[in-house]
Amino acid sequence: MWVYVGRRLLLAIPTLLGASVIVFAMVHLAPGDPIAAVMPAESSKAEIEATKRAYGFDKPLPVQYLVWLGRVAQGDLGRSIATRRPVVLDVRDAFANSLVLALSSSLLAFALGVGLGLLAAFRQGRVLDKLASAVAVVGVSVPHYWAGIILIIIFSVQLNWLPAMGAANDPGVWEYLSHLLLPTVALALIPLGVITRVVRSAALDILNQEFVVALRAKGLTARRVFGHVVKNASPQILTVLGLQFGFQLGGSVLVEAVFSWPGTGYLLNLAIFQRDIPVLQGVILVLATFFVLLNLAVDLLQTMIDPRIARH
Amino acid sequence: MALATTLVEVAVPATAPMSYWRTVGWRLARDRTTLLAGGVLALIVLSAVLAPWLAPYDPAAGSIRARLALVGSPGHLLGTDEQGRDMLSRLLWGGRMTLIAGLTPVLVAFVVGSGLGVLAGYIGGITNTLIMRTMDIFYAFPAVLLAIAISGALGPGLANTLISLSIVFVPRVVRVAESATVQVAGLEYIAAARASGAGVRAIIRHHLLANVLGPILVFSSTQVSLSIILAAGLSFLGLGVTPPAAEWGLMLNTLRQSIYVNALVPALPGLAIFVTSMAFNLLSDGLRDAMEIRG
Repeated sequence: MWVYVGRRLLLAIPTLLGASVIVFAMVHLAPGDPIAAVMPAESSKAEIEATKRAYGFDKPLPVQYLVWLGRVAQGDLGRSIATRRPVVLDVRDAFANSLVLALSSSLLAFALGVGLGLLAAFRQGRVLDKLASAVAVVGVSVPHYWAGIILIIIFSVQLNWLPAMGAANDPGVWEYLSHLLLPTVALALIPLGVITRVVRSAALDILNQEFVVALRAKGLTARRVFGHVVKNASPQILTVLGLQFGFQLGGSVLVEAVFSWPGTGYLLNLAIFQRDIPVLQGVILVLATFFVLLNLAVDLLQTMIDPRIARH
Repeated sequence: MALATTLVEVAVPATAPMSYWRTVGWRLARDRTTLLAGGVLALIVLSAVLAPWLAPYDPAAGSIRARLALVGSPGHLLGTDEQGRDMLSRLLWGGRMTLIAGLTPVLVAFVVGSGLGVLAGYIGGITNTLIMRTMDIFYAFPAVLLAIAISGALGPGLANTLISLSIVFVPRVVRVAESATVQVAGLEYIAAARASGAGVRAIIRHHLLANVLGPILVFSSTQVSLSIILAAGLSFLGLGVTPPAAEWGLMLNTLRQSIYVNALVPALPGLAIFVTSMAFNLLSDGLRDAMEIRG
C-alpha cells in the first residue's frame, strides 16, 4: 500500500508542473504585448525595453518559465498590474472567502444529496425515488448563475428578506450568514444533483449483490443491512464528495459574479476585465494546485477505506 | 385487458431476435420521458433555425419608449428588454447563437477526442503515455475554471469561446475513447482479425470504430448540456458572444440590472438555457439506457 501511496504522490508532480506550464502560457495567449498594457502610451522605446528587462520578458521562454516557477515555489506570485499589491495577498483573502462559500454549499449539498440518494435506493420506484431522479436531473441542468438571479428576485427583490449582494461589512454573525445563504443555495444545486445520482446508483449496485441477500436471510434488521450497504458504498460516495468540493472551489466564479461575493471567482473576473494577467495567473495556479492536492487526498483516503484499490 | 397482456408477452419471444439498433429504437419509442425531451428539443432547434422567419421583430431594433414592457404586452408577447427590443425575437435569435456556441465544442471534442483516444488506446506504449499524460494535465482544473481562464486570457468573442470550450471537452472524450478502445482491442475477434493479416488501419476502421463509437457518442451527448451552460455562462460574464448580438447568456447579463423594475422578463433567457440543457440531459440519459451503456 505504501508503494501505491508513493507512486500516487509522484504522479501528482508532473500534473502540477503541466498545470503550471498552462498557467504560464496564459501571458502569451493574451492578445497584444503584455508590456503594452502596463506602459503609458507615450513611453519611449528605451523605457519599454527597460521595463521588458525588469519583468524578464527579454529572455527566452523556457528561461522565463523557470525563473517564474522558481519565484512561485517561494510563494511569490508577482504584483498586480492594477493595484501594485503583491498578488499573494489578494489571492489569500479571496481564497478564504471562497473556501467559506465552498464549505457551506458543499455541506448543504452533501447532507441533502447523500440522504436523498440513499433513501431513493432503498425505496426504488416509489415517490421518493422519483423525487430524487428529478432533483438529480434539475441539479445538473440548471444554469446556476440563473438560479442565483432567481433567488435574488424572490428573496431580495420581492420578499426583501435577504441581501442581494456582497459580503457583510460589520462582523455580526447573523449579518454574515444572511449574505452567505443565497450564494450557498445557488452553488449547492449542481453538486446536489450529481451526489444524489451517484449515491443512489452506488447504493443500488450494492443492494443488488448477493451478500445483501445473505445478510437479509441471516435475519439482520433493515437498519443493520442499511449500515452494511453504506459502508460498502462509501469509497464511491467519498470520491464524489471530494471531487464536488474541488469543483465548488474552482467553479464558483459565476455565482460569485452574480452575488459580488469577494472570493477567488470575483477576483478572477475583475482581473480578466482589467487585463491583470499576474492576478489571473495567481488565482488559477492556487486553485489548480488545491484541486490536484484534493484529488490526491481523496485517492489516498479511498485506498485506506478499501485497500483493494491499491492493488490495481 | 389481462388477456391482451398475456398474449403480448407470449408473442414477443416467438419473433426472431431483433438487431441491436432495432432494439435501441424499440426501447426509445417506449420511453415517454425521452420522447418528450426529444420533442421539446426538436421544437427548440427548429425555432432557432427558423428564427429569421418566426421572429416578429428585428432582434436588434429597440425603442426607448417601449423599454422593459411586461410579459403579455400588446405587440410584445414576451415583453421587451432594457433597450426596448422584442424579447420573443431576441430569444429566438439568441437560441441560434447559444446552440452554436454549445454544440460546436462537443462536436469538435467528439471528432478530435475519438481520434486521439482510439489512437492512444490501440497503439499503446509511448504514444498512449504521451497522449494520456497530456490530457491528465487538463484535469488539474475544474471545467468552469479552465473555460473561464482560457477565455479570459484570449479575450471575448464567439471564436475564443469555441476554442476554450473545445479545450475543456477534448480531454474528457479522449479518456472515454481510450478506455473503450483498450477494452475492445483486448477482445478475441480483434486478435483473429490481426492473425488473418488485417492491417492496423483496416482493424481500426472496420472492427474497432463500430464498437467504440457508441459509448463515445453517448458520453459526448451527456456533455452537451454542460457545454451549453458554460457557453452561455461565458457570455454572461462578458467573455463570449459580444453585444449587440442576441445570445441567452448575454441577454441574462444585460437584463440583470432590471430585476427591480420587471422581475419576469430578466428570468426568461435563463429559463430557455435551463429547458434546453434539461432536454439534452434527459435525451442523453434515455439514449444511454436504450443502448445499455453504463457509466
